Amino acid sequence: MKGNEAIAEAAIQAGCRFFFGYPITPQNQIPEYMSKRMPQVGGCFLQSESEVAAINMVYGAGGAGARVMTSSSSPGISLKQEGISYIVGAEVPCVIVNMVRGGPGLGSIQPAQSDYYQATRGGGHGDYRMPVLAPGSVQEAVTLTQDAFDLADRYRTPVMVLGDGLIGQMMEPVDMDQAADRKPAEDLPAKTWAATGHKPTDEAPRAIINSLYIDPVVLEQHCMKLQAKYDAIEAAECRWQEEMLEDAEIVIVAYGTTARIARSAMRKCREKGIKVGMIRPITLWPFPEAAIRATLKTAKKFLCVEMSTGQMIDDVKLAVEGQRPVEFYGRTGGMVPTVGEIVEKLESMNGAKTGVEQLLNQTGAALDQAANAAQKTFASIGQKIEQKVNDPAFVQKTEELKQKTGEFAGKALDGLAKGATLLGEGLNKAFGALSGLVSGEKKNDNNDKEGNE
Amino acid sequence: MEKQFLIAGFGGQGVLLIGQLIAKAAMREDFEVSWMPSYGPEMRGGEANCAVVISDEEIGSPLVTEPPVLVAMNKPSLAKFMPKMAPGGILLYNASLIEDVELRDDVTVIPVPCNQIAEELGNQRTANMVMLGAVLGATRFVGADSLKETLREWLGEKRAAMLDINWQAIERGQALNA
Repeated sequence: MKGNEAIAEAAIQAGCRFFFGYPITPQNQIPEYMSKRMPQVGGCFLQSESEVAAINMVYGAGGAGARVMTSSSSPGISLKQEGISYIVGAEVPCVIVNMVRGGPGLGSIQPAQSDYYQATRGGGHGDYRMPVLAPGSVQEAVTLTQDAFDLADRYRTPVMVLGDGLIGQMMEPVDMDQAADRKPAEDLPAKTWAATGHKPTDEAPRAIINSLYIDPVVLEQHCMKLQAKYDAIEAAECRWQEEMLEDAEIVIVAYGTTARIARSAMRKCREKGIKVGMIRPITLWPFPEAAIRATLKTAKKFLCVEMSTGQMIDDVKLAVEGQRPVEFYGRTGGMVPTVGEIVEKLESMNGAKTGVEQLLNQTGAALDQAANAAQKTFASIGQKIEQKVNDPAFVQKTEELKQKTGEFAGKALDGLAKGATLLGEGLNKAFGALSGLVSGEKKNDNNDKEGNE
Repeated sequence: MEKQFLIAGFGGQGVLLIGQLIAKAAMREDFEVSWMPSYGPEMRGGEANCAVVISDEEIGSPLVTEPPVLVAMNKPSLAKFMPKMAPGGILLYNASLIEDVELRDDVTVIPVPCNQIAEELGNQRTANMVMLGAVLGATRFVGADSLKETLREWLGEKRAAMLDINWQAIERGQALNA
């Protein structure tokens, strides 16, 4: 199925019976599909006069306790922001699909991920967050759309499914049997707050769906209540996928379609012996910070790949807390990064050494020189010893010694990178001492080498 | 094992369908598949293309930027995508519509007179099926039975009578480089 159609059917199977929307490429198959399917299941499809109208219809249907969805693409989602903010304030559950296209403005109709800030930072006015789910395949788009309805009901919040033009347009095999007739999670609270025209009771008092709190004391309390809700979501609902992280020295962070392209690049780099792994955030908010921090034990560098000029990279940097460099590769405006481009970037990252590694290389060079010096000394003593030096066994021993030193240096690198500066200082001293051992002439050689590097 | 296809031509030539049938037939043989159409302000007569990836593991990129197999149904598509082909790839082009072009010598070139064969069969609309058959013959991405079953399923009961003519077209294409 096409991603857009799969999302629409998944919503219906999850009990969505109201869809309000306004056409925009590249998500038009969602309303098109809904217009056909909703009447078949006794639901309501309505093409509104504008995006603003659509989101306010969602507000109304959600306020009455129905499972409701709207979908749009970037410029249309911008128009919906006022309504989303109201829906958050009034704590109304609903699902919003954004098939992101290139921006700003009307932009292009090709895929993009440049609405990351808008989606994860709230987007509309006021102090709020909203769960954002980013599918990486058509099958996952189905699962996440259905989960979105449960999440929305559980926390009384709008939930955004953030795809891009590729996810919407791509056709992949989908197991719809698994998704068929998906019932709401059994432990969801009853919607006693919903304005259904019911007679007020103790369990379900008079329902008022509203986001206006004139008294700042009361509004602050309301905001703190929302904040407590966000804390609970952060604690319980964060999702991500880990790939090839066990020994990953470069960790890619990418989501959605970009993660798939990055996955191909990762596999290519692995074939070349470059230790690349990947974290794919599935929830963009809450962001899998802890999972990213957990990779610090092997990761030397991070690469954030996005179809934007760099938005999620901020969250990656916050997660890494400045402990490692975080680099970026992205295309924007509807352009999609290619596997080759990402491989090239990863190769250049693998080639370029960090400052610490450079220091260790220098140390290594000094050790090499010390070994050379030793060899020369031996040579001057006599032919026999020279033979000894050239003897394969001796060469091998020297190599072993160098390897061991290398191993030590590797361990030192880890320690140093983790902030064990003492060790670094010790290493510096060792380096200094070694340099001292080597004659002035050889030191110059060393400097030449550095220049070449 | 991963196989990538890029199929391009005029809108209306059935290029998206060629891709869909390749993907569906491979799905029938339990491969992972993806089908990604170009989309945009397109129309009949405009340019259309789709990327198909078949793999025995989870598919990474659904896009095909350096096609190992390129199907060009018309001249503009050939001009656009042939330079992007991976060396050693397979180029199948519609020889009925593409003449007098300089072809790359580092790829296997298979001319397929799609429209001519379709005309011989008495149904111009099977030109894309001739090409699909040629792709099957050149790459053997699935067994012929899988493709036939896929076609039967796609035609459905309403158009079941069309199976024969379409399958003939596929067989003619396949025979070109079997």
